Amino acid sequence: MQRIRKYVSSLWQALFGDPVRAFGVVSLILLLALAIAPAKEHFSQWHSYQRQYLTLIRDRGDAISLRRRFVPGIHQIWLPELGVVDRCTTCHLGLNESSLADVAQQPFRKHPVVPHPLDRFGCVICHGGQGQATTVAEAHHSERAGEEPILPTRYIESGCGQCHQNALPGTPQLNLGRTMLTRYGCVHCHAITRPDGSKMEATDHPPSLAHIADKSTREWIFSWLKDPQAYAASTTMPNYKLSDGDASDISAYLVSSSKPQAGDTVAPAAKPTMAADPAAGPSLYGESFCASCHAVQNAAGNLVGGDLGPELTRIGNKAKPEWLAAWLENPRVYDSTTPMPHYRFTPQQIETLVAFLQAKSDSDYGSGVHLDAASSQQIAHGRKLIVELGCAACHEINGVQKPENFAPDLSTIGSKPLAQIVFLPGMEHSLPSYILAKIRQPRAFGSSVKMPQFTLTAAQTDALTTALLALTARGRAMPDSLRIAAIPDTDYQPAGHAGKLIAELACLSCHRFNGRGGDMAPDLTWEGSAVQRQWLTDFLHNPNTLRPSLIRRMPRFNLSDSDNKELTDYILTVYQSPAIDAELAPSGTNPPDVVERGKQLFYSKYACQACHIVDTKADKGYIGPTLTQVGSRLTPAWVYAWLKNPQALRPGTTEPNQNLSDDDARALTAFLMSQKGPGGRGAKQ
Amino acid sequence: MMRRFTASITFGTSASLALLSFATLAGCKHSAPANAGLKATAQGTALVESSGGHQVGVTGTVLKDPLVVQVNDDHGTAVPGALVEFHGSAGVGFDPAAVLTDSSGQATTSVTLGTIAGRYDLSAVTPGKATPVSLEIVETALGYQQRVGSILADKYCSRCHDPESSPQRVSNYDNLAVKPHAFTEGSTLNKMSDADLTSIILHGGPALNRSALMPPYGNTLNAADVKALIAYTRAVSDPPYQPPGTVYARK
Repeated sequence: MQRIRKYVSSLWQALFGDPVRAFGVVSLILLLALAIAPAKEHFSQWHSYQRQYLTLIRDRGDAISLRRRFVPGIHQIWLPELGVVDRCTTCHLGLNESSLADVAQQPFRKHPVVPHPLDRFGCVICHGGQGQATTVAEAHHSERAGEEPILPTRYIESGCGQCHQNALPGTPQLNLGRTMLTRYGCVHCHAITRPDGSKMEATDHPPSLAHIADKSTREWIFSWLKDPQAYAASTTMPNYKLSDGDASDISAYLVSSSKPQAGDTVAPAAKPTMAADPAAGPSLYGESFCASCHAVQNAAGNLVGGDLGPELTRIGNKAKPEWLAAWLENPRVYDSTTPMPHYRFTPQQIETLVAFLQAKSDSDYGSGVHLDAASSQQIAHGRKLIVELGCAACHEINGVQKPENFAPDLSTIGSKPLAQIVFLPGMEHSLPSYILAKIRQPRAFGSSVKMPQFTLTAAQTDALTTALLALTARGRAMPDSLRIAAIPDTDYQPAGHAGKLIAELACLSCHRFNGRGGDMAPDLTWEGSAVQRQWLTDFLHNPNTLRPSLIRRMPRFNLSDSDNKELTDYILTVYQSPAIDAELAPSGTNPPDVVERGKQLFYSKYACQACHIVDTKADKGYIGPTLTQVGSRLTPAWVYAWLKNPQALRPGTTEPNQNLSDDDARALTAFLMSQKGPGGRGAKQ
Repeated sequence: MMRRFTASITFGTSASLALLSFATLAGCKHSAPANAGLKATAQGTALVESSGGHQVGVTGTVLKDPLVVQVNDDHGTAVPGALVEFHGSAGVGFDPAAVLTDSSGQATTSVTLGTIAGRYDLSAVTPGKATPVSLEIVETALGYQQRVGSILADKYCSRCHDPESSPQRVSNYDNLAVKPHAFTEGSTLNKMSDADLTSIILHGGPALNRSALMPPYGNTLNAADVKALIAYTRAVSDPPYQPPGTVYARK
């Protein structure tokens, strides 16, 4: 102690012994203190990157111009209306330098071409991260409260989704994810409100279970509940990982609560045996284009067919024949909102189809299931489970209320603070990896988690994660002017008796009218302006395809003559485009020289035969519809307007706008209208 | 920075993607993890590509089809149980990065492309009997603009320009009197300047004295679309496209 005191006093004496020495020492300390700030800057990370950048550009051919554009010091993009304060360009110096395209070294790489200029949008809007930070660790990997690490490239499209609520052509992953949120029924349980305040609505059609006992046996329900994908690989119903007892109790409640529907239990008039002609079933199934909506697994294990309706690979295991007959007779009796059309099959056809569909069964499926009659306690337990698992969030179930806000709201899941997340051991501490794990293995997060196990591919889980990450607080705080709203379906409903027919035939399941409906078949909003009466009548009686390469086609509905006339009248009267001017187009018969000139234009100047067929012997193009009978199908006014600007009549159509002169368009129209097809009545052939 | 890098390894397997992007951001080479725990029971002398090469994917994502290579011996017979390691440039990930060939002599891995658009030269290596045998595989990663181009090409161009047919999309190639060039046909397309490609897209074949079967898209596509289409054709071109202009030779 004594020694230390002595040492300190001698040091004090040495430094500040006399005033001159003290002054000198203090000046020195002051000088050093002043040097701290410049030294700190000199040794900072960004400064070393800027020096590296200068070394990088020194040896390049355009070093002088690159040098001229280089500004030393901290750079900042400040966009108050977006809340952007980005200093990323301090180190990312080559983002706008097109001559650095060959440089792969970060942080000097050129930014790939995107529609948004850097100086108007900044960086973190799309990429996440901390824009204000000036060290790599803080900018890219911050996990502090309220801060977000940078978004992995694989989910980069979620950045777009914050402003773009509509489906962008350049973001397929985000679009798929958004479709899945509604198609896989996520939004039945999880409420999602878009930044503009609209709610995401489910687009799937979970069947009502109010009359389930008419349709299926308790044994089938049990097997289904245990593993839905074992029955149909493509089903969107998730696996709830139920125990045998729980599945048995739920099936008991569903069967006991089911109310019989009149007509479902009536056995078909004739016994559904295989019809005399074994090919009748498959050919009726094919002719009715059931495969446009329903898939069946083929021998190779691939699904063939559409995904609008349920997969039918093992339908014989599921559906009772008498229910199937009633359903095929008129599906709207059992389920008034089904997307399935009312086909108007004859009893004979129903019998053939029922036999054909009943044969689609797997004798091994559910063969080991034998359920004893359930006690009232078991039934009550089944109801309790249904309430707990939220089955009624998707399905209508007698005696169980649809739960409200059953699962957490996901409207701002993309900004969920890491501090609120309980990560699994060994998991990367980031929001994307949490969301991904939660979708892939929800039950790994604890036995109390009710979220079921979905069967999804890696691409699908990535897409869902992308769509969820896009739901950020920043997206909600964005000014309205920057938000591009989703285009919601209208609530268009055709009117009158024809409207009822259109609903019965479920035309809107495939066709779109006035902004509502499916996208499998053409938009018919202006169909009345497009087609001729005789053709439409014939087509509704017996639809034939216009495009040889299409797989999904319009089915035949066995319409009565009066229904057919009703529909034809309605379409021709109501679905008229105000933009089509019949005056401009050639009408009546055209002089042969104009037709001949149109033919010349068709084959040489515009080479329409690349995509269309007029002469079945010479032309082969089959991208567009076959035009051999176009003169009996379309109206001249439509053909003329279409040739002038196809996209104006049907946005997004592949046919390019060739910018035809009025004369050329008139001549081509005259030529096309002369193509009446064999016998002049195309559709009948 | 390296301290952070090694620290993130300890997060475990699920961190591999973050690791990848980190590796690219940090500008350091991503080296495949050691083939720990894999004991080869056999050696082959040749490597052949079975499938999964020449795919076109999107930057930072997993390629659609897995990469499958086969190890053969001197007689061309498949060798099961041989070790195959996959290597790639910065940012490319393999799951798994080292694998033993299965009973049919094939090694399968799924490939995650790097974050930089362009061609990726990957290699598969097997120890071999005396010297290691390697096989080069090329995959292409599309950036934003190139992918927009690929989507437009699918809609407007591929029906004629791609001779391959699938049940969902029948090619129109065979029906055309004058055959269009596939977008991968570098031998022809690389000789055409961006300006030529732009004018043939905007004004159709006759603009360059070519067939009128190629229609004009000038009133259908906008300037950004056309640029995207050209960027896409340049990206998938084989042999690779070399942009013109000054070559910045290093001193």
